[in-house]
Amino acid sequence: MGFEEIPHTADWSVLVWARDLPSLFAESARAMNALAETVTTQGPHVNRAFEAKGHDIESLLVAFLSELVYFQEQENLAFDTFDIQINSQRMSANIEGNEIISVDKAIKAVTYHNLKIEETARGYEVVIVFDV
Amino acid sequence: MNIENLVQINETEWEIPTYIRSDMRVPVRLFATRELLEQIINDKSLDQAVNAATLPGLVGSVIVMPDMHQGYGFPIGGVAATEYPHGVISPGAIGYDINCGVRLLASSIEFDSAREQMDMLATVLNKYCPSGVGKAGAIKVNLKELDYVLRDGSRWALKNGYATQADLARTEETGSLEGADPDMVSERAKARGHEQIGSLGAGNHFVEVDVVDEIFAEEAANVMGLYKGCLTVQIHCGSRGLGHQVCTDYVHEFQSAVRKYGIDLPDRELVCAPMDSPEGRAYMGAMRAAANFAFANRQLLAYSARRAFEEVFANQMRNWHLHQVYDIAHNMGKIETHEVNGKQIKVCVHRKGATRAFGPGSPGLPPEYKKIGQPVIIPGSMGTASWVLVGTEDSMTRSFGSSCHGAGRVMSRSQAKKEVRGDVLRQELEARGIKVRAGSLPGLAEEAPSAYKDVDMVVETVSAAGIAKKVARLKPVAVIKG
Repeated sequence: MGFEEIPHTADWSVLVWARDLPSLFAESARAMNALAETVTTQGPHVNRAFEAKGHDIESLLVAFLSELVYFQEQENLAFDTFDIQINSQRMSANIEGNEIISVDKAIKAVTYHNLKIEETARGYEVVIVFDV
Repeated sequence: MNIENLVQINETEWEIPTYIRSDMRVPVRLFATRELLEQIINDKSLDQAVNAATLPGLVGSVIVMPDMHQGYGFPIGGVAATEYPHGVISPGAIGYDINCGVRLLASSIEFDSAREQMDMLATVLNKYCPSGVGKAGAIKVNLKELDYVLRDGSRWALKNGYATQADLARTEETGSLEGADPDMVSERAKARGHEQIGSLGAGNHFVEVDVVDEIFAEEAANVMGLYKGCLTVQIHCGSRGLGHQVCTDYVHEFQSAVRKYGIDLPDRELVCAPMDSPEGRAYMGAMRAAANFAFANRQLLAYSARRAFEEVFANQMRNWHLHQVYDIAHNMGKIETHEVNGKQIKVCVHRKGATRAFGPGSPGLPPEYKKIGQPVIIPGSMGTASWVLVGTEDSMTRSFGSSCHGAGRVMSRSQAKKEVRGDVLRQELEARGIKVRAGSLPGLAEEAPSAYKDVDMVVETVSAAGIAKKVARLKPVAVIKG
C-alpha cells in the first residue's frame, strides 16, 4: 500500500493504493496527514470511535476522511492507527493517534471530484482531491 | 480539450459550442486572450467548464474569466446561472469557502510619511489579525450568539460595536443576506465556526497593506476615496471551518438528491438539487448563513485593522482612519435578475472564483456607487499588484454582472514549493520594501508570484472585453498571512 501526490493547480491531489478497502481508507488518512505535514506528539495514543453512513463506497471514504478533518480542527488530534469495518453503506472505525504539534496546511474539505475507487492489480486505488 | 475546439469571437472572447459534447445544455463563453488560454490549456479548466454546462436549468452561457484554473469540479473563475425557481443550485459551484471574498479599506495616510512605521504596522496587524492553520479568532462567541451572526452577518457586527453604517452600505448585500437560516447549519459546522470568527485562516488568505500606485479613473477613485500615494488595506478571507463544513454537509446530502431528482452529472462534485426542493431550500438557507458569517468575519478583521492603524498612527496624525471602499464575495450563489435573450429572468448566479461586477444604476448599490458602478477588488499575487475596477453596463448583459477575482494560479502548490524557498522569497520581498509576516514559510512559497498569472494581463483582458473598467492599481508594502 502507499500513496503519491498528483499535481493539481490550486488544491492537493493524491493517488492511494492498498490491498483491501479498510487498508485503502487507512492509507488515505495517512496520505492526508502527509499532505498536511502533520507532526504529532509521541507517547500513549488517544482513542476515538465513530460510525458513518454513505450512499456508496466513495461516500463512505469522504465521510471517513471528513471525520478526521473535524478531529484535527476541533480536537487538535491526528491519527495513524486504524481498525476499520466497512459494510455496504455503513462503516465503523476505531482510531488511535496523538495530539498535533504542528500542521503546515489546513485541509478545508475532502471533495468528490473524480472520486472513484477502482479494483486494480494491486488491490484498490483511488485519486482524492482535497480543498486546501 | 484544446484551443482548436474553441470558437474565437474576438481578441478577448471565445466560445465552446454545445456540439463539442452532447450533454452540454448551454455553451461556455470564455473571457481570455490566447496567451492566457495557453497557460491553462494543460490543466482541466476547460473540461470542467464543459462539465458545468451540463447542470439542469442553465440559462445563457457558462462564463469563465481570464484568471481561470482547474478546480475540483467547477472551474475557478466560473459563473453559471440557473433559472429560478426550478433550476438547480449546486454547492460545488459555489465552493467550500462560502463567501471567500475581499474587503478594501482606504486612508489619506501618505506612504512617504509612514514609510518608517511599516515594519511596526506589519507587526501590529499580525498581532490583531489572527492567522494560521486552525487559529482561533480574536473574539469568542457562544453558540447562541453564533446564530445571530449567521442570521444577521454584518448587522450583528454593527449592533455589537464592530462596524459603522458606512461599512454596511459599502458591502455587497450590505453584509447580510436575507433568507439565512441558522437551523439549516449543522451543529458540527457551528462547532467549527464559533471560535474562528475574526480570524484569517491560512492558505491564500491574507491582510495586505498597499499604496495607491496609479489612478485610471479620477472621478471613480475620488468617489471611493482612493488617493494616489496613500495607504490602503485588503482583507482576503471567508467563512472558515463553518463554511467548509456547510458545503461538506450538503455535497454529501446532495449525493442522494441527484438520484431522487433524476439528475445525471459528469462529476459528483457538481451535485445539485432544484432550488424549490426541500434540499435546495435547506442548502440555500445554510449557504446564506455561512455567507453572513464570512461578512461578519471580514468586518471583525476590519475592526482589528483599524485598531492596528490607531495604535501605530494615532499619536502622529489626526487623520489615520480607514474608511471602507467595498467588500465583495467571490464564492457565492445569489438570486438576481438578468437579461437573457431579451427577457428579464430571475436566476441563481453561481460565482466560484468570480466577482459580482454590477454596472452603473444597478440595484443594491449605495447612492455614490450607482453613478460609477460597483467597485471590483482584484487582489494580485503577493508582491505584484492589485487592482480596483468598477462594473459596467456590458458586464450586466454579457457576464451576468460578473468579473474576474484575482490573478489565478498556473502552478501547483507542490511545484511552487520545489521551485521557491519561503525564506528566500521573504528576503526578496523585504528587499523590495514589502514587509512580510508569514506563519509558514512553505505556505509562503506556495503563494509565490511565479505560481500565478500576471494580474495586469488578467485585468487588461476584462477591461478590453468591456466587463469591468480600471480605476486604480495598488502596490503592496506589507503582507500578513498564516
